[in-house]
Amino acid sequence: MRVALPHPMLAVSAIVLAALVWAGGPSAVLAESAEEAGLRIATDARERQKGYGNLTANLKMTLRNKRGQESTREVRLKVIEVEGDGDRTMFVFDRPRDVKGTAFLVHAHKNEPDDQWLYLPALKRVKRISSSKQSGSFMGSEFSYEDLSAVEVEKYTHRYLRDEACGDFQCTVLERVPLSEDSGYSRQLVWLDQEELRTIQVQYFDRRDEHLKTMVVDEFAQYLDRFWRAGTVEMTNHLTGKSTVLNWTDYEFGTDLDEGDFTKTALKRTR
Amino acid sequence: MKASGPGHSPEPGLVKLLGQIGAARLTLLAALLSLLISVPMATGARADDGFVEFVEVTGRLSSETRVYPETAAHPDQRSHASGFAAEATVYMEDNEGRSITITPFLRYDAGDPDRTHADLREAFLLLYGDIGDDEWELRLGVDRVFWGVVESRPLVDIVNQTDLVEDPDEKTKMGQPMVHLTWSGDWGALELFGLTGHRERTFPGRHGRLRPGPVVDRDLTSYESSAGEWHLDLAARYTGSFGPVDIGLSVFDGTSREPTLLPTLAGTELVLAPYYEQITQLGLDTQLTTGPWLLKLEAIHRAGAQNRRLDRFLQYEEEDYAAFVAGAEYTIYAVWDSDADLSLIGEWARDGRGRWATNAFENDVLLAARLGLNDEQSTEFTLSVLESLDYSSRVLNAEFKRRLSDSWSLHVQSYAYVGIDEDDAMYDVRRDSFIGVNLDYNF
Repeated sequence: MRVALPHPMLAVSAIVLAALVWAGGPSAVLAESAEEAGLRIATDARERQKGYGNLTANLKMTLRNKRGQESTREVRLKVIEVEGDGDRTMFVFDRPRDVKGTAFLVHAHKNEPDDQWLYLPALKRVKRISSSKQSGSFMGSEFSYEDLSAVEVEKYTHRYLRDEACGDFQCTVLERVPLSEDSGYSRQLVWLDQEELRTIQVQYFDRRDEHLKTMVVDEFAQYLDRFWRAGTVEMTNHLTGKSTVLNWTDYEFGTDLDEGDFTKTALKRTR
Repeated sequence: MKASGPGHSPEPGLVKLLGQIGAARLTLLAALLSLLISVPMATGARADDGFVEFVEVTGRLSSETRVYPETAAHPDQRSHASGFAAEATVYMEDNEGRSITITPFLRYDAGDPDRTHADLREAFLLLYGDIGDDEWELRLGVDRVFWGVVESRPLVDIVNQTDLVEDPDEKTKMGQPMVHLTWSGDWGALELFGLTGHRERTFPGRHGRLRPGPVVDRDLTSYESSAGEWHLDLAARYTGSFGPVDIGLSVFDGTSREPTLLPTLAGTELVLAPYYEQITQLGLDTQLTTGPWLLKLEAIHRAGAQNRRLDRFLQYEEEDYAAFVAGAEYTIYAVWDSDADLSLIGEWARDGRGRWATNAFENDVLLAARLGLNDEQSTEFTLSVLESLDYSSRVLNAEFKRRLSDSWSLHVQSYAYVGIDEDDAMYDVRRDSFIGVNLDYNF
């Protein structure tokens, strides 16, 4: 899986084989079914996130339990797009203190499972880890690994539902059903703003089809006159009453990172 | 320090500590540090920017209490160990990514003065850059390097000396002076090591538990090489990832990290004298990662080391041997419909020397279960049993880890040695079952 970023704000490149299929032109659009429209819109949204090259950003996660007690996680990350393959992402943990210096490297792939390595600084050990972990919590937060992965168009089936207002925006609502058996969800409802196709809200339904969580994305900013990134993302768990807020800061695009900064050797020197 | 007879009072910890940081070592450290400081200056840090662009200090203070409920097997051994450990890292980086890392470590133990020790875990200069599409990296100074994939024992891992008094699992390592050059690209990474300033393995003292019957007397340390601790050891390693397979191939030629312990008379007392041979070791470590399965293999061939078969002159035999650890780890995600993950581990360790192996892994199976709750406190439980296939011996281990706050964390660990056979290499620690509680403050 792709532990990259909350898909909506961080364009993490994907496989968009389907793009070719939808080069059919306007006549195809007129005749399209709800499934066809859903795939076309999802593919378009994904395409708009591509071509950013590389970036670095800081992430602060605030975990809140139902009694209102908070704890924080701080993570720095670096992402690079790789031509003809999935992105490479490096996470470096700063807080909590006991995991300071722990780093996590993901080589995402288009048509095969991702490669993931974990660096444990106390032992100086690099450990290859399984990418089957999808539904588990990321660092005790309300975000699971799959929530933080790039949403690859071909990992879901899509269906167009309706258009409706959502806050300040006019939104398109899609339903997507994960194809992976490892996924913790039966389906997700996604609100995309019609103008920029940014993800504004996602509702997650668990395997029993109960409404488990809702993610709300806010404080968008545009970078390089092209790429929209969220400032805050809040995930609320309706079953437990717990929530997690992500605060994204210090986005930097076009840094001097290259693929050599995303190797196992680089993982060991990351600080 | 001369070998002291029974009843001799232990040296105060601090005196012991200073004794261990001998003159030779101080010279070495001074040379390394001056090198560390002079190289970046010489390579031209821009004066107007200053050398240091980024400084960070992190570390851990740890208080530890260990209780050994069983009566000691050897005279003078105490029933507890308590004290603290401190480790801090100073990291400095310049505006071109060159960095210096310095990590001193200190352990104080009130029960066993020989467990009180200091070590320079790290003091190295790190440089890296591009060569075409590939990349180079140079680490110069004292550093730690880990090789391997399995859980039961560090088999392939050989660059650093084991800081044995820290933990009986032999996984804590001491700093090692080295020149470490890496060349990496799409094809993997090739690493070359030049190592000198051999570090002696630490051993519990007369009052400590988890030791051989006769005390190990480090004043009687000797080397096969006439260059002693200053022999230049060489090592090389290739690592690569091919889809689901990670592979490491290594070669080491130099001073063994594992000493042969020679029974010697010191006055009227029988002690063990560490003797470090020259060895050549070939190593393989590989892991196949597929779905929830991790399949692991580590194997070595070592030439030049001795086994533990004593002849009538109280000498051990030299025996070339092969050893391996093969195993699997299977993880059930979201087990019992919760957020928790349950990992089941099985490993088989075999040493070609059989009963004359110098360790407890002559023919053993490790079975372990690790439950990670994936909660806010990263709570983790581990239970394992190491079962000998040749002897009746069994080692049980239970561990519990939990974060208490942003800075504080708790680690409880317990080992039980059960039915240890008289012929087993572990016989001397048969009564050293213990429970240990560590409270850590991370900064």
